[in-house]
Amino acid sequence: MAGKSPRKLRLSTNPTHEALSELRLGDVVYLDGTLYTAREGVYMRALEEKANIPMELPAKSAANFHCSPAASINSDGSFNLGAVTATASFRFSKWIGDWMAASGAKLIIGKGGMSAEDYKQHFVPNGAVYLTTVGYGTGALLGRGVKKVVDVHWHEELGLAQAMWVIEVENMGPFIVESDLKGNSLFERENEKIARNLEALYEGTKPATLKRYGETDDRKDELI
Amino acid sequence: MISTNLIQQTAETLMEKAAIEIPQDYLEGLKGAASKEDGDLSAFVLQAMLENYEAAKEDRRAMCGDTGTPRWYVKMGNEAAIEGGPVAMETALRRATANATQNVPLRPNRVHPLWRTDHNNNVGIGAPEIEYAFEPDGDWIDLTTVHKGGLFGTDYRMLFPSDGIAGIKRFYLDSLVAFGKRGLACQPAIIGIGLGGTKDACMVLGKRAACLRVVGDKNPDPKIAALEAEFTELGNNIGMGAMGFVGSSMVIDCNIEVGYCHTGGMQMSVHAFCLSSRRAVARIYSDGHVEYRTDPNWFTPYQRRETVEWEDSAWLEKAHAN
Repeated sequence: MAGKSPRKLRLSTNPTHEALSELRLGDVVYLDGTLYTAREGVYMRALEEKANIPMELPAKSAANFHCSPAASINSDGSFNLGAVTATASFRFSKWIGDWMAASGAKLIIGKGGMSAEDYKQHFVPNGAVYLTTVGYGTGALLGRGVKKVVDVHWHEELGLAQAMWVIEVENMGPFIVESDLKGNSLFERENEKIARNLEALYEGTKPATLKRYGETDDRKDELI
Repeated sequence: MISTNLIQQTAETLMEKAAIEIPQDYLEGLKGAASKEDGDLSAFVLQAMLENYEAAKEDRRAMCGDTGTPRWYVKMGNEAAIEGGPVAMETALRRATANATQNVPLRPNRVHPLWRTDHNNNVGIGAPEIEYAFEPDGDWIDLTTVHKGGLFGTDYRMLFPSDGIAGIKRFYLDSLVAFGKRGLACQPAIIGIGLGGTKDACMVLGKRAACLRVVGDKNPDPKIAALEAEFTELGNNIGMGAMGFVGSSMVIDCNIEVGYCHTGGMQMSVHAFCLSSRRAVARIYSDGHVEYRTDPNWFTPYQRRETVEWEDSAWLEKAHAN
Protein backbone atom coordinates (compact mmCIF):
# COMPACT_ATOMS: atom_id res chain seq x y z
CA MET A 1 0.00 0.00 0.00
CA ALA A 2 1.07 3.56 -0.67
CA GLY A 3 3.06 5.26 2.03
CA LYS A 4 1.81 8.82 2.02
CA SER A 5 -1.43 9.30 3.86
CA PRO A 6 -3.39 12.52 3.45
CA ARG A 7 -3.57 15.34 5.98
CA LYS A 8 -6.53 15.08 8.39
CA LEU A 9 -8.48 18.06 9.77
CA ARG A 10 -11.59 18.82 11.86
CA LEU A 11 -14.00 21.38 10.45
CA SER A 12 -17.15 23.08 11.71
CA THR A 13 -20.36 22.84 9.69
CA ASN A 14 -20.46 26.64 10.02
CA PRO A 15 -16.83 27.19 9.01
CA THR A 16 -15.04 30.52 9.02
CA HIS A 17 -13.53 31.85 5.80
CA GLU A 18 -10.09 31.34 7.37
CA ALA A 19 -10.78 27.68 8.09
CA LEU A 20 -11.93 27.14 4.50
CA SER A 21 -8.89 28.91 3.07
CA GLU A 22 -6.69 26.43 4.98
CA LEU A 23 -8.12 23.49 3.01
CA ARG A 24 -6.06 21.92 0.25
CA LEU A 25 -7.28 19.52 -2.42
CA GLY A 26 -7.03 15.95 -1.13
CA ASP A 27 -7.16 16.87 2.57
CA VAL A 28 -9.29 14.57 4.69
CA VAL A 29 -11.92 16.34 6.76
CA TYR A 30 -14.12 15.35 9.72
CA LEU A 31 -17.14 17.51 10.52
CA ASP A 32 -18.62 18.83 13.77
CA GLY A 33 -21.96 20.61 14.13
CA THR A 34 -25.24 20.38 12.27
CA LEU A 35 -25.83 19.47 8.66
CA TYR A 36 -28.93 18.99 6.57
CA THR A 37 -29.76 16.89 3.54
CA ALA A 38 -31.13 18.62 0.47
CA ARG A 39 -31.30 17.24 -3.06
CA GLU A 40 -33.61 17.66 -6.07
CA GLY A 41 -36.84 17.40 -4.06
CA VAL A 42 -35.84 20.14 -1.63
CA TYR A 43 -34.35 22.34 -4.36
CA MET A 44 -37.47 22.15 -6.50
CA ARG A 45 -39.77 22.81 -3.57
CA ALA A 46 -37.75 25.70 -2.19
CA LEU A 47 -36.56 27.31 -5.42
CA GLU A 48 -39.24 26.53 -8.00
CA GLU A 49 -42.35 26.24 -5.86
CA LYS A 50 -41.02 29.00 -3.57
CA ALA A 51 -41.92 27.17 -0.37
CA ASN A 52 -40.38 28.67 2.78
CA ILE A 53 -37.23 26.82 3.78
CA PRO A 54 -38.30 25.12 7.04
CA MET A 55 -35.15 25.94 9.02
CA GLU A 56 -33.01 28.98 9.65
CA LEU A 57 -30.11 28.94 7.17
CA PRO A 58 -27.19 29.43 7.40
CA ALA A 59 -27.52 30.23 11.14
CA LYS A 60 -28.33 26.62 12.03
CA SER A 61 -26.09 25.07 9.41
CA ALA A 62 -23.99 26.02 6.40
CA ALA A 63 -23.48 22.42 5.33
CA ASN A 64 -25.71 20.88 2.66
CA PHE A 65 -25.32 17.11 2.31
CA HIS A 66 -26.46 15.56 -1.00
CA CYS A 67 -27.75 12.50 0.70
CA SER A 68 -30.72 10.42 1.67
CA PRO A 69 -30.04 8.33 4.73
CA ALA A 70 -31.04 4.70 5.20
CA ALA A 71 -33.53 5.69 7.86
CA SER A 72 -37.10 5.26 8.96
CA ILE A 73 -39.51 7.09 11.25
CA ASN A 74 -40.81 4.92 14.08
CA SER A 75 -44.50 4.86 15.00
CA ASP A 76 -43.75 6.96 18.14
CA GLY A 77 -42.21 9.66 15.93
CA SER A 78 -38.60 8.87 16.82
CA PHE A 79 -36.03 8.20 14.13
CA ASN A 80 -34.10 5.10 13.22
CA LEU A 81 -31.01 6.10 11.26
CA GLY A 82 -28.42 3.56 10.15
CA ALA A 83 -26.11 4.43 7.31
CA VAL A 84 -25.67 7.71 5.45
CA THR A 85 -24.18 7.90 1.98
CA ALA A 86 -24.05 10.71 -0.55
CA THR A 87 -25.68 10.80 -3.94
CA ALA A 88 -24.05 12.12 -7.15
CA SER A 89 -24.00 15.92 -7.11
CA PHE A 90 -23.51 16.76 -10.79
CA ARG A 91 -27.27 16.41 -11.29
CA PHE A 92 -27.94 19.36 -8.98
CA SER A 93 -25.80 21.85 -10.85
CA LYS A 94 -28.80 23.77 -12.21
CA TRP A 95 -30.02 24.66 -8.72
CA ILE A 96 -26.79 25.08 -6.78
CA GLY A 97 -26.23 28.81 -7.45
CA ASP A 98 -29.75 29.77 -6.37
CA TRP A 99 -29.57 27.41 -3.43
CA MET A 100 -26.36 29.01 -2.16
CA ALA A 101 -27.92 32.44 -2.49
CA ALA A 102 -30.98 31.28 -0.51
CA SER A 103 -29.18 29.18 2.11
CA GLY A 104 -25.73 30.70 2.52
CA ALA A 105 -24.24 27.20 2.32
CA LYS A 106 -20.44 27.09 2.64
CA LEU A 107 -19.99 23.33 2.45
CA ILE A 108 -21.56 21.20 -0.22
CA ILE A 109 -21.04 17.54 0.57
CA GLY A 110 -21.82 14.78 -1.87
CA LYS A 111 -20.67 12.14 -4.30
CA GLY A 112 -18.35 12.86 -7.21
CA GLY A 113 -18.18 16.64 -7.01
CA MET A 114 -19.31 19.11 -9.64
CA SER A 115 -17.42 20.68 -12.53
CA ALA A 116 -14.66 23.26 -12.00
CA GLU A 117 -16.88 25.54 -14.04
CA ASP A 118 -19.64 25.17 -11.42
CA TYR A 119 -17.10 25.88 -8.70
CA LYS A 120 -15.88 29.04 -10.40
CA GLN A 121 -19.36 30.27 -11.22
CA HIS A 122 -21.19 29.43 -7.98
CA PHE A 123 -18.82 28.30 -5.22
CA VAL A 124 -16.03 30.88 -5.49
CA PRO A 125 -18.33 33.97 -5.30
CA ASN A 126 -20.09 32.43 -2.29
CA GLY A 127 -16.88 31.39 -0.55
CA ALA A 128 -17.92 27.74 -0.53
CA VAL A 129 -16.07 24.45 -1.06
CA TYR A 130 -17.07 20.94 -2.02
CA LEU A 131 -16.34 17.90 0.15
CA THR A 132 -16.75 14.44 -1.34
CA THR A 133 -17.62 11.33 0.65
CA VAL A 134 -15.04 8.57 0.49
CA GLY A 135 -15.45 5.49 -1.68
CA TYR A 136 -19.17 6.25 -1.73
CA GLY A 137 -19.75 3.29 0.49
CA THR A 138 -18.53 4.42 3.89
CA GLY A 139 -22.11 4.76 5.07
CA ALA A 140 -21.54 2.90 8.30
CA LEU A 141 -18.55 5.06 9.30
CA LEU A 142 -20.51 8.22 8.53
CA GLY A 143 -23.47 6.80 10.44
CA ARG A 144 -21.23 6.54 13.50
CA GLY A 145 -20.59 10.28 13.29
CA VAL A 146 -24.28 11.07 13.69
CA LYS A 147 -25.05 12.15 17.25
CA LYS A 148 -28.75 12.52 16.65
CA VAL A 149 -31.42 13.30 14.11
CA VAL A 150 -32.68 16.76 15.08
CA ASP A 151 -35.60 16.95 12.69
CA VAL A 152 -37.05 15.77 9.39
CA HIS A 153 -38.76 18.41 7.27
CA TRP A 154 -41.03 17.86 4.29
CA HIS A 155 -41.08 14.06 4.61
CA GLU A 156 -44.82 14.01 4.00
CA GLU A 157 -44.51 16.20 0.91
CA LEU A 158 -41.35 14.60 -0.54
CA GLY A 159 -41.04 11.11 0.95
CA LEU A 160 -38.29 9.91 3.29
CA ALA A 161 -35.60 9.71 0.60
CA GLN A 162 -36.06 13.32 -0.54
CA ALA A 163 -36.93 14.84 2.84
CA MET A 164 -34.73 17.41 4.57
CA TRP A 165 -33.02 15.52 7.40
CA VAL A 166 -31.34 17.74 10.00
CA ILE A 167 -28.52 15.88 11.67
CA GLU A 168 -26.19 16.73 14.53
CA VAL A 169 -22.75 15.28 13.91
CA GLU A 170 -19.49 14.87 15.76
CA ASN A 171 -16.20 13.94 14.14
CA MET A 172 -18.18 12.72 11.13
CA GLY A 173 -16.07 11.52 8.27
CA PRO A 174 -13.98 10.89 6.37
CA PHE A 175 -14.63 13.42 3.60
CA ILE A 176 -12.09 14.55 1.01
CA VAL A 177 -11.63 18.18 -0.05
CA GLU A 178 -12.60 18.16 -3.74
CA SER A 179 -12.71 21.92 -4.41
CA ASP A 180 -10.88 24.82 -2.82
CA LEU A 181 -11.79 28.49 -2.50
CA LYS A 182 -10.22 29.16 -5.90
CA GLY A 183 -12.53 26.67 -7.58
CA ASN A 184 -9.94 24.00 -8.40
CA SER A 185 -11.20 20.42 -8.63
CA LEU A 186 -9.31 17.39 -7.31
CA PHE A 187 -11.23 15.04 -9.63
CA GLU A 188 -10.34 17.09 -12.68
CA ARG A 189 -6.71 17.15 -11.61
CA GLU A 190 -6.75 13.33 -11.32
CA ASN A 191 -8.60 12.96 -14.65
CA GLU A 192 -5.84 14.91 -16.38
CA LYS A 193 -3.17 12.58 -15.00
CA ILE A 194 -5.12 9.46 -16.00
CA ALA A 195 -5.82 10.84 -19.48
CA ARG A 196 -2.11 10.70 -20.34
CA ASN A 197 -2.26 6.88 -20.33
CA LEU A 198 -5.49 6.47 -22.28
CA GLU A 199 -4.12 6.51 -25.79
CA ALA A 200 -1.70 3.66 -25.06
CA LEU A 201 -4.44 1.78 -23.23
CA TYR A 202 -6.77 1.85 -26.23
CA GLU A 203 -4.15 0.49 -28.64
CA GLY A 204 -5.40 -2.68 -30.30
CA THR A 205 -9.07 -1.85 -29.76
CA LYS A 206 -11.32 -0.53 -32.47
CA PRO A 207 -14.44 1.64 -32.62
CA ALA A 208 -17.78 -0.09 -33.05
CA THR A 209 -19.07 -0.70 -36.59
CA LEU A 210 -22.40 0.88 -35.68
CA LYS A 211 -21.95 4.34 -34.16
CA ARG A 212 -24.26 6.04 -31.68
CA TYR A 213 -25.46 9.61 -31.32
CA GLY A 214 -22.96 11.40 -29.21
CA GLU A 215 -20.14 9.85 -31.22
CA THR A 216 -20.96 12.36 -33.92
CA ASP A 217 -22.27 15.80 -33.16
CA ASP A 218 -24.11 16.16 -36.43
CA ARG A 219 -27.59 14.68 -36.21
CA LYS A 220 -27.75 14.63 -40.03
CA ASP A 221 -25.03 11.96 -40.00
CA GLU A 222 -25.84 8.32 -40.44
CA LEU A 223 -24.53 6.05 -37.70
CA ILE A 224 -22.81 3.50 -39.94
CA MET B 1 -43.60 -28.58 1.71
CA ILE B 2 -41.79 -25.27 2.39
CA SER B 3 -43.83 -22.88 4.53
CA THR B 4 -44.40 -19.31 3.45
CA ASN B 5 -43.66 -18.12 6.98
CA LEU B 6 -40.22 -19.65 6.79
CA ILE B 7 -39.67 -18.03 3.38
CA GLN B 8 -40.60 -14.62 4.78
CA GLN B 9 -38.43 -14.96 7.91
CA THR B 10 -35.47 -16.19 5.89
CA ALA B 11 -35.95 -13.41 3.36
CA GLU B 12 -35.92 -10.77 6.13
CA THR B 13 -32.67 -12.19 7.48
CA LEU B 14 -31.17 -12.17 3.98
CA MET B 15 -32.11 -8.52 3.46
CA GLU B 16 -30.27 -7.62 6.66
CA LYS B 17 -27.22 -9.73 5.85
CA ALA B 18 -26.93 -8.34 2.32
CA ALA B 19 -27.05 -4.75 3.56
CA ILE B 20 -24.64 -5.23 6.47
CA GLU B 21 -22.16 -8.07 5.80
CA ILE B 22 -19.54 -7.82 3.07
CA PRO B 23 -19.22 -11.18 1.25
CA GLN B 24 -15.91 -12.88 2.08
CA ASP B 25 -14.86 -13.48 -1.55
CA TYR B 26 -15.20 -9.79 -2.38
CA LEU B 27 -13.51 -8.74 0.88
CA GLU B 28 -10.48 -10.88 0.09
CA GLY B 29 -10.39 -9.56 -3.46
CA LEU B 30 -10.48 -5.99 -2.18
CA LYS B 31 -7.74 -6.65 0.37
CA GLY B 32 -5.62 -8.02 -2.47
CA ALA B 33 -6.23 -4.85 -4.49
CA ALA B 34 -5.47 -2.66 -1.45
CA SER B 35 -2.13 -4.41 -0.88
CA LYS B 36 -1.06 -3.54 -4.44
CA GLU B 37 -2.46 -0.02 -4.66
CA ASP B 38 0.23 2.65 -5.17
CA GLY B 39 -2.01 5.69 -5.58
CA ASP B 40 -2.07 7.61 -2.27
CA LEU B 41 -5.67 8.78 -2.48
CA SER B 42 -6.97 5.52 -3.92
CA ALA B 43 -5.16 3.58 -1.17
CA PHE B 44 -6.69 5.86 1.48
CA VAL B 45 -10.16 5.19 0.07
CA LEU B 46 -9.69 1.41 0.13
CA GLN B 47 -8.48 1.55 3.71
CA ALA B 48 -11.55 3.58 4.69
CA MET B 49 -13.76 1.00 2.96
CA LEU B 50 -12.17 -1.84 4.92
CA GLU B 51 -12.81 0.08 8.16
CA ASN B 52 -16.35 0.71 7.03
CA TYR B 53 -17.12 -3.01 6.62
CA GLU B 54 -15.94 -3.56 10.19
CA ALA B 55 -18.04 -0.69 11.50
CA ALA B 56 -21.11 -2.01 9.67
CA LYS B 57 -20.71 -5.49 11.13
CA GLU B 58 -19.99 -4.24 14.66
CA ASP B 59 -22.88 -1.78 14.74
CA ARG B 60 -25.24 -3.94 12.64
CA ARG B 61 -25.89 -0.98 10.36
CA ALA B 62 -25.99 -0.90 6.56
CA MET B 63 -22.55 -0.64 4.91
CA CYS B 64 -23.80 2.04 2.56
CA GLY B 65 -26.59 4.57 3.01
CA ASP B 66 -27.74 3.97 -0.54
CA THR B 67 -29.00 0.45 -0.09
CA GLY B 68 -29.68 0.09 -3.81
CA THR B 69 -32.70 -1.51 -5.38
CA PRO B 70 -33.26 -4.78 -3.53
CA ARG B 71 -34.28 -7.68 -5.77
CA TRP B 72 -34.77 -11.43 -5.53
CA TYR B 73 -33.49 -14.44 -7.41
CA VAL B 74 -35.38 -17.63 -6.66
CA LYS B 75 -34.07 -20.99 -7.76
CA MET B 76 -36.23 -24.05 -7.20
CA GLY B 77 -35.23 -27.66 -7.22
CA ASN B 78 -37.52 -29.66 -9.48
CA GLU B 79 -39.13 -31.41 -6.50
CA ALA B 80 -39.63 -28.32 -4.31
CA ALA B 81 -43.17 -27.59 -3.19
CA ILE B 82 -44.24 -24.31 -1.63
CA GLU B 83 -47.16 -23.85 0.72
CA GLY B 84 -49.70 -21.66 -1.05
CA GLY B 85 -47.79 -21.90 -4.32
CA PRO B 86 -45.71 -19.26 -6.10
CA VAL B 87 -48.19 -16.46 -5.45
CA ALA B 88 -47.85 -16.94 -1.68
CA MET B 89 -44.07 -16.96 -2.06
CA GLU B 90 -44.09 -13.70 -4.01
CA THR B 91 -46.25 -12.12 -1.31
CA ALA B 92 -43.79 -13.33 1.34
CA LEU B 93 -40.86 -11.80 -0.55
CA ARG B 94 -42.65 -8.48 -0.97
CA ARG B 95 -43.58 -8.43 2.72
CA ALA B 96 -40.00 -9.23 3.70
CA THR B 97 -38.73 -6.40 1.51
CA ALA B 98 -41.11 -3.91 3.13
CA ASN B 99 -40.40 -5.11 6.68
CA ALA B 100 -36.62 -5.08 6.23
CA THR B 101 -36.78 -1.56 4.77
CA GLN B 102 -38.33 -0.39 8.04
CA ASN B 103 -36.31 -2.57 10.42
CA VAL B 104 -32.70 -2.64 9.15
CA PRO B 105 -33.34 0.18 8.06
CA LEU B 106 -32.79 0.39 4.30
CA ARG B 107 -33.23 3.51 2.26
CA PRO B 108 -36.69 3.50 0.68
CA ASN B 109 -35.27 4.05 -2.79
CA ARG B 110 -38.10 2.81 -4.94
CA VAL B 111 -40.37 5.45 -6.43
CA HIS B 112 -42.76 5.72 -9.37
CA PRO B 113 -40.71 6.81 -12.42
CA LEU B 114 -42.99 9.71 -13.31
CA TRP B 115 -44.92 10.66 -10.18
CA ARG B 116 -42.04 9.87 -7.79
CA THR B 117 -44.55 8.30 -5.37
CA ASP B 118 -42.60 6.64 -2.54
CA HIS B 119 -44.29 3.94 -0.47
CA ASN B 120 -41.30 4.15 1.89
CA ASN B 121 -40.89 0.37 1.74
CA ASN B 122 -39.09 -0.46 -1.55
CA VAL B 123 -42.23 -2.09 -2.91
CA GLY B 124 -44.18 -0.81 -5.90
CA ILE B 125 -45.06 -1.62 -9.48
CA GLY B 126 -42.54 -4.26 -10.59
CA ALA B 127 -40.52 -3.81 -7.40
CA PRO B 128 -38.80 -5.76 -6.04
CA GLU B 129 -37.93 -7.75 -9.14
CA ILE B 130 -38.28 -11.49 -8.62
CA GLU B 131 -36.52 -13.77 -11.11
CA TYR B 132 -36.72 -17.54 -11.33
CA ALA B 133 -34.69 -20.54 -12.37
CA PHE B 134 -34.98 -24.28 -11.82
CA GLU B 135 -32.57 -27.12 -11.16
CA PRO B 136 -33.05 -30.77 -12.08
CA ASP B 137 -32.67 -32.25 -8.61
CA GLY B 138 -33.64 -31.22 -5.12
CA ASP B 139 -36.59 -30.32 -2.93
CA TRP B 140 -35.11 -26.99 -1.82
CA ILE B 141 -35.38 -23.40 -2.89
CA ASP B 142 -32.42 -21.01 -3.06
CA LEU B 143 -33.28 -17.42 -2.20
CA THR B 144 -30.76 -14.79 -3.24
CA THR B 145 -31.15 -11.10 -2.62
CA VAL B 146 -28.97 -8.55 -4.37
CA HIS B 147 -28.93 -4.87 -3.40
CA LYS B 148 -27.29 -3.38 -6.45
CA GLY B 149 -26.69 0.33 -6.71
CA GLY B 150 -28.77 1.80 -9.40
CA LEU B 151 -27.51 4.60 -11.56
CA PHE B 152 -24.02 4.27 -13.04
CA GLY B 153 -21.59 1.72 -14.40
CA THR B 154 -23.85 -0.12 -16.81
CA ASP B 155 -24.15 0.16 -20.57
CA TYR B 156 -25.38 -1.82 -23.57
CA ARG B 157 -24.28 -1.83 -27.16
CA MET B 158 -25.14 -3.77 -30.31
CA LEU B 159 -21.86 -5.01 -31.72
CA PHE B 160 -21.44 -7.23 -34.78
CA PRO B 161 -19.27 -10.26 -35.53
CA SER B 162 -16.93 -7.99 -37.48
CA ASP B 163 -16.29 -5.92 -34.34
CA GLY B 164 -14.57 -8.96 -32.85
CA ILE B 165 -12.57 -9.01 -29.63
CA ALA B 166 -11.00 -5.62 -30.45
CA GLY B 167 -14.50 -4.10 -30.50
CA ILE B 168 -15.47 -5.85 -27.27
CA LYS B 169 -12.34 -4.46 -25.60
CA ARG B 170 -13.12 -0.95 -26.80
CA PHE B 171 -16.64 -0.99 -25.38
CA TYR B 172 -15.42 -2.55 -22.14
CA LEU B 173 -12.80 0.19 -21.67
CA ASP B 174 -15.27 2.88 -22.71
CA SER B 175 -17.69 1.74 -19.99
CA LEU B 176 -15.02 1.62 -17.28
CA VAL B 177 -13.41 4.94 -18.20
CA ALA B 178 -16.75 6.74 -18.64
CA PHE B 179 -18.26 5.62 -15.34
CA GLY B 180 -14.98 5.31 -13.43
CA LYS B 181 -14.26 9.04 -13.57
CA ARG B 182 -15.09 10.63 -10.21
CA GLY B 183 -15.83 7.07 -9.12
CA LEU B 184 -19.44 7.12 -10.29
CA ALA B 185 -19.32 3.33 -10.73
CA CYS B 186 -18.28 2.90 -7.03
CA GLN B 187 -15.23 0.89 -8.10
CA PRO B 188 -13.30 -1.28 -7.51
CA ALA B 189 -16.09 -3.67 -8.35
CA ILE B 190 -16.90 -7.04 -9.80
CA ILE B 191 -17.54 -6.33 -13.47
CA GLY B 192 -20.06 -8.48 -15.34
CA ILE B 193 -20.16 -8.72 -19.11
CA GLY B 194 -23.05 -10.20 -21.07
CA LEU B 195 -22.36 -11.29 -24.62
CA GLY B 196 -25.03 -12.39 -27.07
CA GLY B 197 -28.59 -13.41 -26.28
CA THR B 198 -31.05 -10.70 -27.25
CA LYS B 199 -30.93 -7.10 -26.05
CA ASP B 200 -32.88 -7.83 -22.87
CA ALA B 201 -31.25 -11.24 -22.30
CA CYS B 202 -27.80 -9.67 -22.78
CA MET B 203 -28.52 -7.12 -20.04
CA VAL B 204 -29.76 -9.89 -17.75
CA LEU B 205 -26.68 -12.05 -18.42
CA GLY B 206 -24.26 -9.22 -17.71
CA LYS B 207 -26.04 -8.18 -14.53
CA ARG B 208 -26.10 -11.76 -13.29
CA ALA B 209 -22.42 -12.18 -14.21
CA ALA B 210 -21.66 -9.18 -11.93
CA CYS B 211 -24.05 -10.00 -9.09
CA LEU B 212 -24.43 -13.78 -9.01
CA ARG B 213 -20.86 -14.95 -9.57
CA VAL B 214 -18.15 -14.64 -6.92
CA VAL B 215 -14.58 -13.38 -7.07
CA GLY B 216 -12.24 -16.08 -8.37
CA ASP B 217 -15.01 -17.93 -10.20
CA LYS B 218 -14.19 -18.79 -13.85
CA ASN B 219 -16.38 -19.40 -16.87
CA PRO B 220 -16.24 -23.14 -17.76
CA ASP B 221 -15.22 -22.32 -21.35
CA PRO B 222 -11.42 -21.97 -21.02
CA LYS B 223 -11.20 -19.36 -23.77
CA ILE B 224 -13.82 -17.22 -22.05
CA ALA B 225 -12.02 -17.77 -18.73
CA ALA B 226 -8.83 -16.47 -20.39
CA LEU B 227 -10.72 -13.38 -21.57
CA GLU B 228 -12.02 -12.81 -18.03
CA ALA B 229 -8.46 -12.83 -16.71
CA GLU B 230 -7.25 -10.55 -19.51
CA PHE B 231 -10.09 -8.08 -18.94
CA THR B 232 -9.47 -7.97 -15.19
CA GLU B 233 -5.87 -7.00 -15.84
CA LEU B 234 -6.81 -4.56 -18.61
CA GLY B 235 -9.26 -2.78 -16.30
CA ASN B 236 -6.61 -2.45 -13.62
CA ASN B 237 -4.15 -0.99 -16.13
CA ILE B 238 -6.29 2.03 -16.95
CA GLY B 239 -4.39 3.96 -14.31
CA MET B 240 -7.56 4.66 -12.37
CA GLY B 241 -8.43 3.49 -8.88
CA ALA B 242 -11.14 4.02 -6.29
CA MET B 243 -13.20 7.20 -6.80
CA GLY B 244 -11.45 7.84 -10.12
CA PHE B 245 -8.21 8.81 -8.37
CA VAL B 246 -4.90 7.77 -9.90
CA GLY B 247 -4.35 4.12 -9.05
CA SER B 248 -4.71 0.52 -10.12
CA SER B 249 -7.83 -0.71 -8.30
CA MET B 250 -10.66 -0.79 -10.77
CA VAL B 251 -11.75 -4.39 -11.26
CA ILE B 252 -11.78 -6.98 -8.48
CA ASP B 253 -12.84 -9.64 -10.95
CA CYS B 254 -14.39 -9.75 -14.40
CA ASN B 255 -17.08 -12.33 -15.11
CA ILE B 256 -18.38 -13.03 -18.60
CA GLU B 257 -21.59 -14.87 -19.46
CA VAL B 258 -22.71 -15.72 -22.97
CA GLY B 259 -25.98 -16.67 -24.66
CA TYR B 260 -26.74 -17.71 -28.21
CA CYS B 261 -27.66 -14.68 -30.32
CA HIS B 262 -28.88 -13.71 -33.80
CA THR B 263 -26.40 -14.82 -36.44
CA GLY B 264 -25.80 -11.23 -37.54
CA GLY B 265 -25.15 -9.70 -34.12
CA MET B 266 -23.00 -9.73 -30.98
CA GLN B 267 -24.85 -7.91 -28.21
CA MET B 268 -22.72 -6.68 -25.34
CA SER B 269 -23.52 -5.31 -21.90
CA VAL B 270 -21.22 -4.18 -19.10
CA HIS B 271 -22.30 -4.00 -15.46
CA ALA B 272 -20.37 -2.80 -12.43
CA PHE B 273 -21.49 -4.15 -9.06
CA CYS B 274 -20.13 -1.89 -6.30
CA LEU B 275 -17.76 -1.46 -3.38
CA SER B 276 -20.30 -3.10 -1.12
CA SER B 277 -21.20 -6.06 -3.43
CA ARG B 278 -24.36 -6.74 -1.50
CA ARG B 279 -25.61 -10.28 -1.95
CA ALA B 280 -26.85 -12.93 0.45
CA VAL B 281 -28.14 -16.43 -0.18
CA ALA B 282 -30.07 -19.09 1.73
CA ARG B 283 -31.14 -22.59 0.82
CA ILE B 284 -34.44 -23.61 2.41
CA TYR B 285 -35.05 -27.34 2.52
CA SER B 286 -38.48 -28.94 2.67
CA ASP B 287 -37.76 -30.25 6.18
CA GLY B 288 -37.49 -26.63 7.33
CA HIS B 289 -33.76 -26.26 7.78
CA VAL B 290 -32.00 -23.26 6.32
CA GLU B 291 -28.38 -22.81 5.25
CA TYR B 292 -26.97 -19.32 4.70
CA ARG B 293 -24.13 -18.56 2.30
CA THR B 294 -22.86 -15.75 0.02
CA ASP B 295 -22.22 -17.65 -3.24
CA PRO B 296 -25.46 -17.74 -5.26
CA ASN B 297 -24.03 -20.60 -7.36
CA TRP B 298 -26.49 -19.51 -10.00
CA PHE B 299 -24.63 -20.53 -13.15
CA THR B 300 -24.70 -24.30 -12.82
CA PRO B 301 -24.14 -26.55 -15.86
CA TYR B 302 -27.92 -26.81 -16.13
CA GLN B 303 -28.27 -22.99 -16.39
CA ARG B 304 -25.68 -22.95 -19.16
CA ARG B 305 -27.06 -25.98 -21.02
CA GLU B 306 -26.66 -26.06 -24.79
CA THR B 307 -28.71 -29.08 -25.76
CA VAL B 308 -32.41 -29.76 -26.27
CA GLU B 309 -32.69 -32.38 -23.56
CA TRP B 310 -31.12 -32.41 -20.12
CA GLU B 311 -30.21 -36.04 -20.03
CA ASP B 312 -27.97 -37.39 -17.36
CA SER B 313 -25.06 -36.82 -15.10
CA ALA B 314 -22.60 -37.96 -17.80
CA TRP B 315 -23.03 -34.57 -19.48
CA LEU B 316 -22.52 -32.86 -16.17
CA GLU B 317 -19.28 -34.68 -15.52
CA LYS B 318 -18.04 -33.84 -19.00
CA ALA B 319 -18.86 -30.18 -18.45
CA HIS B 320 -16.96 -30.18 -15.15
CA ALA B 321 -13.97 -32.02 -16.65
CA ASN B 322 -13.61 -29.31 -19.29
